[in-house]
Amino acid sequence: MKFGVVVFPGSNCDHDAFYAIGNVLKKPVEFIWHQSQDLANCDAVILPGGFSYGDYLRTGAIARFSPVMRSVEKFAASGGLILGICNGFQILCEAGLLPGAMMRNNGLRFICRHVYIRVERTDTPFTNATTKGQILKMPIAHSDGNWNVGDTTLAALEKNRQVIFRYTTPDGSNDDAGNPNGAMHNIAGICNRERNVAGLMPHPERVVEATLGSNDGLVIFRSMVEALVGAAKATA
Amino acid sequence: MATAPTEIRVTPEIAAEHGLTAEEYARVKHILGREPNITELGIFSVMWSEHCSYKSSKVHLKRLPTRGKLVVQGPGENAGVVDIGDGLVAAFKIESHNHPSYVEPFQGATTGVGGILRDIFTMGARPIAILDSLRFGEIVPGKGTSEKEAAKNRRILDGVIRGIGGYGNCFGVPTVGGEVAFEPCYSQNPLVNALALGIARNEDLFFAKAKGAGNPVIYVGAKTGRDGIHGASLLASAEFTEESQQKRPNVQVGDPFMEKLLLEACLEAMQTGAVVAIQDMGAAGLTCSTVEMASRGGTGIEIDLAKIPQRETGMTPYEIMLSESQERMLLVAEKGREPEVLDVFKKWGLDAVVVGRVAEGGLARIKNNGSVAAEIPAHPLAEEGPVYNRPIAAPAPRVESEEDWFRFAPEGTTLTPNFLKLLASPAIASKRWITEQYDTSVRTNTLAGPGASDAAVVRIKDPKTNEVKRALALSTDGNGRWCQLNPRVGAMHAVAEAARNVAASGARPIAATNCLNFGSPEKPEVMWQFSEAIDGIAEACNTLGTPITGGNVSFYNETLGKSIYPTPVIGVLGILEDVSRVLKIAFHNEGDLIILLDGLATAGHSERSEESLFAREFSSSEYSKSVAAIVAGEPPAIDLGGEKHLIDCLVALASEGVLESAHDISDGGLAVALAESCFAASSVVAGLQTGSFSLGASVRIDDPAPAELALFGERGARAIVSLTPENLAALLAIARQYYVSAREIGKVTHDEAFRIEHKGRAVIDSPIEPLRDTWAHSLEHTISGK
Repeated sequence: MKFGVVVFPGSNCDHDAFYAIGNVLKKPVEFIWHQSQDLANCDAVILPGGFSYGDYLRTGAIARFSPVMRSVEKFAASGGLILGICNGFQILCEAGLLPGAMMRNNGLRFICRHVYIRVERTDTPFTNATTKGQILKMPIAHSDGNWNVGDTTLAALEKNRQVIFRYTTPDGSNDDAGNPNGAMHNIAGICNRERNVAGLMPHPERVVEATLGSNDGLVIFRSMVEALVGAAKATA
Repeated sequence: MATAPTEIRVTPEIAAEHGLTAEEYARVKHILGREPNITELGIFSVMWSEHCSYKSSKVHLKRLPTRGKLVVQGPGENAGVVDIGDGLVAAFKIESHNHPSYVEPFQGATTGVGGILRDIFTMGARPIAILDSLRFGEIVPGKGTSEKEAAKNRRILDGVIRGIGGYGNCFGVPTVGGEVAFEPCYSQNPLVNALALGIARNEDLFFAKAKGAGNPVIYVGAKTGRDGIHGASLLASAEFTEESQQKRPNVQVGDPFMEKLLLEACLEAMQTGAVVAIQDMGAAGLTCSTVEMASRGGTGIEIDLAKIPQRETGMTPYEIMLSESQERMLLVAEKGREPEVLDVFKKWGLDAVVVGRVAEGGLARIKNNGSVAAEIPAHPLAEEGPVYNRPIAAPAPRVESEEDWFRFAPEGTTLTPNFLKLLASPAIASKRWITEQYDTSVRTNTLAGPGASDAAVVRIKDPKTNEVKRALALSTDGNGRWCQLNPRVGAMHAVAEAARNVAASGARPIAATNCLNFGSPEKPEVMWQFSEAIDGIAEACNTLGTPITGGNVSFYNETLGKSIYPTPVIGVLGILEDVSRVLKIAFHNEGDLIILLDGLATAGHSERSEESLFAREFSSSEYSKSVAAIVAGEPPAIDLGGEKHLIDCLVALASEGVLESAHDISDGGLAVALAESCFAASSVVAGLQTGSFSLGASVRIDDPAPAELALFGERGARAIVSLTPENLAALLAIARQYYVSAREIGKVTHDEAFRIEHKGRAVIDSPIEPLRDTWAHSLEHTISGK
């Protein structure tokens, strides 16, 4: 089992994802340079947070044209696990691997703070180690997390249960009040129909040890590990 | 030498326009042995500007303690460096970007952050934290501040905050702390001081010393444009006049994405082993970097301007040499190994060009397409600039009487309304609205971000193995109001408070950096303030064991002849051995004891019963300013020995794991410290209370002083700590060992009430909720005009 963390020019959470997987979960992980067409036989790929290409034009708009994205698209089509975090989520949307687009946050300001998200489904490779309705505390840090999509797509997304994380209050009682950026339907994270590609705005890689204020992010990476172990067993 | 036909001939008048005095101009001619050409004049003028040469401050800065057993590099390099154990070092420094931030708040602040980050990674250290010490004019209209003025100050604040966030967030370094204060004197001259901290392995440190004649000089990063020409000399080394808005073209423009690429590329290039020296282009751009590298290395240097990547056409040698375009570096590589270095920069998509060579002898020779544009001996230019021992004159003593001082409320007066007023004041209110616009958690090292502990605490990972070693704590402090009233005592307080904050996070203070913001050095009273402040800093740093490893002097902070308060800002760095022992301010458990620690041998105010002495000291407090609009008197007397005792005691208590919380007493006094410990306990996230977990406090004070002084007085060497009752004996033993008095003053409660009794009467009695709401939302409401 091996994880790959893609490094775009301007990625700045690449080291954090690497640390969470390599040092905390102690699973093999390596960086993949954005110019590379080769995913180095990784079994799961992380598109990390940051400001790829300085957010010029639009968040993620230039990174989607990086050579590595051709391989990422093929990997996605072949069922490979891909997780986009923050800027990584934005890139996946720009690349069309996930639906929707990011607008500026409601308040038009960068926001960095802990938020609470509720797990909406546990039968995905990114949430299989969670419990249904589990509330996770993790930070957001973005200017453009106001996820938007057309009504038809939104309806289809909900119908197909592709929403995997929704913003909520700490006790899970009021999703609207817990929405920090104005995202439609309080959506914090989604997956594709095939459930092998997911993106979320909060940063699970930043909360992997109790000393960092929460270790709620770990469960997402653990889920991915379990999915990979399960897949390996199935083919064995 | 060859002179271009269109070149302006240098006259004494032109020299004067460049800010050079007649004596300085004579010295230029003496060093050159001839008249300078216009490019050379430009080079001398920036190198000898106050900002780059420290010509007015040098004689005083010598009095600062700069050595210590952990100091690896003191002042004189891009940043100070200290040994933090296990072969790791910390590079840190604070710098000002004041004038640009007034002229163009967003860009001024971004380039301030960009500049200090470059200083850190130029040394081979990866930046892991930023702190900002900010001063603005009043943002609420009131005494001496109109609504129009306040609105303008709010706009400056907003621009500066967006600028700091815009740069640090994109670059990927967390902004973890700092402070913000407001005084009318900063209205036309805000202070933006940025501190950056970086980590390296000791053997990977780099210095800005050119070596090896024939080694190639490589230019890296952004192209050179016409922006920021004379930023250092005209903007940073002169006071503001009514025409200052026209100086906008002197402000540089920052690009954090470019800097992020530069960071990664530089660190990678350094790993090749082919880099000999490196220097960033900050103030005075290409001029400063070429000349200083040659001067420090005792070599010459030769560059060809035709090879410099340029953003605009038709730039003259003068413009290229003086441009302050951001995100550029100059490095010296080992001869023959250029390709290794150039390849790294190519990988990161950056311009990297060999523009010259290190040369024998000591000349900095600037060529332009074959002709010589400038030729100056590097060492005299860098090191033999003018040094001034400017006249010093103490101002006439202030004549004050009780009429000018704060009048204490009669005994028994309920102070809750005034307390609310204080909690709502921008100085005391929660800064969450600001700090949420900063990325505070990227790099996953933040153990205590803004407001969680008295100091910012970040853990350090070994750059090679990612293994977590220990943690570092940092705090910046500086009370301009106190320094205005008494610069020496005020400066001591700045050091003491920063060190105390670090200790209150559990870390042992080891070193300091300073940013000295003052008015015009040409005024004898300002030089007196400066000299006094230096003496205060020196004495405090000596006593507290925190040598100054670097920093920056910012003079000419005045507008239309009026100086700012003298504002030395001190950043203190501390080491915390055990990352699980970070002390935070939040109360933890109902029933915990609240203890007042006091480092002064004779605790409390009992020895001084003179009401007028009380009033004089209290008139300099935040409460006096916020509640009575009085700023007068003297800062509280300081006892550095007492401060040291308290600091050592806090560090010992933290390492023994005796405490549940710790919070020093500073702005707003004991009452504010207690309230903040309660507020922090309720885990309010984004205005949402997490469940019903909310703690209050019930406290009795038997101080014979008036209630307002006892509750809101800001005398130093004190902290409130909380602990479970079974740890009391351990605490008392440790406190005794360090000569610190420890008095139980109350308990953490779970009735969500905040109650302080003074001499048996409840002077503050309120539910927590309204206090917290006022404190939590006041700044946001003020700025959004709600």
